[in-house]
Amino acid sequence: MYKYDQYDQAMVDTRVAEFRDQVNRRLEGHITEDQFKPLRLQNGLYLQLHAYMLRVAVPYGTLSSAQMHMLADIADKYDRGYGHFTTRQNIQYNWIRLEDAPDILADLATVEMHAIQTSGNCIRNISSDQYAGAAADEVIDPRPYAELLRQWSSFHPEFLALPRKFKIAVIASDTDRAAMKLHDIGIRMVRNDAGEIGTQFYVGGGMGRTPMIAPLIRDFVPLDQFVTYSEACLRVYNRHGRRDNKYKARIKILVHELGAEEYKRQVEEEFAHLQGQGIEPPLAELERIKACFQDPAFEAGAPDEVDASDPDFVLWTDRNCHPHKQPGYISATISLKPVGGIPGDASADQMRLMADLAKEYSFDECRVTHAQNIVLPHVRKADLYTLWRKLDEAGLGTPNLDRIGDIIACPGLDYCSLANARSIPVAQKISERFAAQEKQDALGELKLKISGCINACGHHHAGHIGILGVDRKGVENYQLLLGGCEGEDTSLGKITGPGFDEDGIVDAVEKAADVYLREKQEGERFLDTYRRIGIDPFKEALYG
Amino acid sequence: MVERTLRFRDDEPVSDPAVTVDSFADQSNASAVRLEPGDDARALIPYLDRIGLVEVNFPAFTDGRGYSAARILREAGYAGELRAVGDVLVDQLSAMRRCGFDSFAPDHPFSSDDAQAALARWPEFYQAAADDRTPIWAKRHA
Amino acid sequence: MKILTGNNLKTGAVVWWDGQSWSIHVEDAVDVGDRADDIISAEEAARRVVGAYAIDGEKDAQGVRPAHIKDRIRALGPTVRPDLTLKPADPEAGNWVI
Repeated sequence: MYKYDQYDQAMVDTRVAEFRDQVNRRLEGHITEDQFKPLRLQNGLYLQLHAYMLRVAVPYGTLSSAQMHMLADIADKYDRGYGHFTTRQNIQYNWIRLEDAPDILADLATVEMHAIQTSGNCIRNISSDQYAGAAADEVIDPRPYAELLRQWSSFHPEFLALPRKFKIAVIASDTDRAAMKLHDIGIRMVRNDAGEIGTQFYVGGGMGRTPMIAPLIRDFVPLDQFVTYSEACLRVYNRHGRRDNKYKARIKILVHELGAEEYKRQVEEEFAHLQGQGIEPPLAELERIKACFQDPAFEAGAPDEVDASDPDFVLWTDRNCHPHKQPGYISATISLKPVGGIPGDASADQMRLMADLAKEYSFDECRVTHAQNIVLPHVRKADLYTLWRKLDEAGLGTPNLDRIGDIIACPGLDYCSLANARSIPVAQKISERFAAQEKQDALGELKLKISGCINACGHHHAGHIGILGVDRKGVENYQLLLGGCEGEDTSLGKITGPGFDEDGIVDAVEKAADVYLREKQEGERFLDTYRRIGIDPFKEALYG
Repeated sequence: MVERTLRFRDDEPVSDPAVTVDSFADQSNASAVRLEPGDDARALIPYLDRIGLVEVNFPAFTDGRGYSAARILREAGYAGELRAVGDVLVDQLSAMRRCGFDSFAPDHPFSSDDAQAALARWPEFYQAAADDRTPIWAKRHA
Repeated sequence: MKILTGNNLKTGAVVWWDGQSWSIHVEDAVDVGDRADDIISAEEAARRVVGAYAIDGEKDAQGVRPAHIKDRIRALGPTVRPDLTLKPADPEAGNWVI
């Protein structure tokens, strides 16, 4: 994991002092709410439906045991004993007092954490693959590059008042586990024909009210130029992104209106100019960061077999574990989606347990996934059964990764002031409807994603089945989308037709699932069947 | 107006009124120009040697185009006064200095104590920018 | 009736204008008629409230009911965590929202 040096620590400590001063000035009336709002937002502090909400950054989703413990302590000390893990690998607290916010940031700073730029019109927390540094299929560990970008983007003086928020994801395998092409910039680490590592830039993706898949802007940026290239991408956006209409201000609209070719031309021109400006950190800095991400001390020759005598354990292993690059090890996903639960929520006690298990079984490390689960990346297969027993006893052993019960849901109208409809009750009802193991097994991989408004925090455009909550004359209503995908074969879901009420949408999901079960061919996922047969058979079942 | 301007330069201020970018090219005697957010700062590059003051207007503090304009001018070698005017807040001072601004004429003046405190706040910076501060990565590998 | 709601500046708690000050209970909300803007600007200036706005509501046997579901959820708390609402002991409280 990355370790702060005195400079990194000074940056977060300074930020705490600065924010404490800003909060004081607000409480004493020296600045107005209009002036204070962008300041608090750039420290992750929203005014939400019930109270202030604090979003804490989890850079590229990686947490140490001590950091997870601190998240639990904050939940108990300053909130109501729980937190919500988000689709951008962060954590949110829902019941924060403005007066406490500087103290919370100070507590976070003691474990090398912060809430810097987790909101506001600036470069947000950099997200990545939850199996980074562990996955058998990666070209290289993407996190050092994400960390270099974290430092470059933190307090970047030119990009603190962008037209709109800006999200970057960095991955390093052909399989996309971070919805990379649905980010403002998606970066994929690749190896070229000469065997050199470099970066591909996809720019202008996003969800929200105008979902777009990012086009490839450059297929290889050398490692000693990619910060400069990022700066060029941002400068063109800062200068020319639309500011006349909030809903057209994201970079996807700029890229779309200019055309990918023209945007690329402008970036290349700016890039050529900036290369002479001494922006790029030396490769020695990348090497320094990479040294923090060296492999943990894996046991050579660790047994590669898993005890298969307990069928419940075998089921969980099949569902929730991912191949590791190191023989004898595996990455295990802790589902935060128990049947009838609130997707992504974890109590302080659950966080502490996960922290302790990470320390004992995963080299002191855990990860937050964009699907709102927690991963223990480096588990010895020999320890897997013991680990599972402990998870299962604590209600954290649900074997449903990427199944219909593994629902992504935004906080919705239960917590969010932007929402039009509640998301969580719909997720709860669907997971209960499909709770039976044989139902989940028959459906196989099926990613269901729910947003409570068009801003799409619940990634409904990218769900094999997506649900969008809308407000129809003051009553919650839910539209069904089919065919979205956030993976390497990214696609955007299509709305099936008129919406449904809360119970109706649960029935509609079941009808869509039944069409799949009727039509599927050997080896097809729900998404594959949908892509083969199209939307009409589903419409017929839903509305016919 | 001048007393409302916070200045980090020792030379005499340019007293000419700032003209728009459009009219600037036609007025060979103008030495001060005012950039609006939509103006292309690069249009001034051919004339930098006769410009003593560029005012960059921030009609709203949330419109950050002026930060890029400032850096572009400094990157092009502009050494005259670069003044942020309009809706400029004390909390933005540090970033504006880093982008190359060296004077400030905010609509709502802030005290010079507040300004000094804001500028003294940050001991280190992660990035190279338009000021002469050494970025953290350079210190790490000095 | 027109009622006012907002959040306590320091704590963020949802509050309702009761004619004199801000209450956390929507039942205390009073009709402000056409005085909403005046009260909001005075109270925001005094830093007692943030993000205040006027909404439609109606008075019925159970008290004051905001017209829109969003404000009813604000008045009660999250429907998916009855334990964290203002009526944790009332299992039917969530029905009032819908």
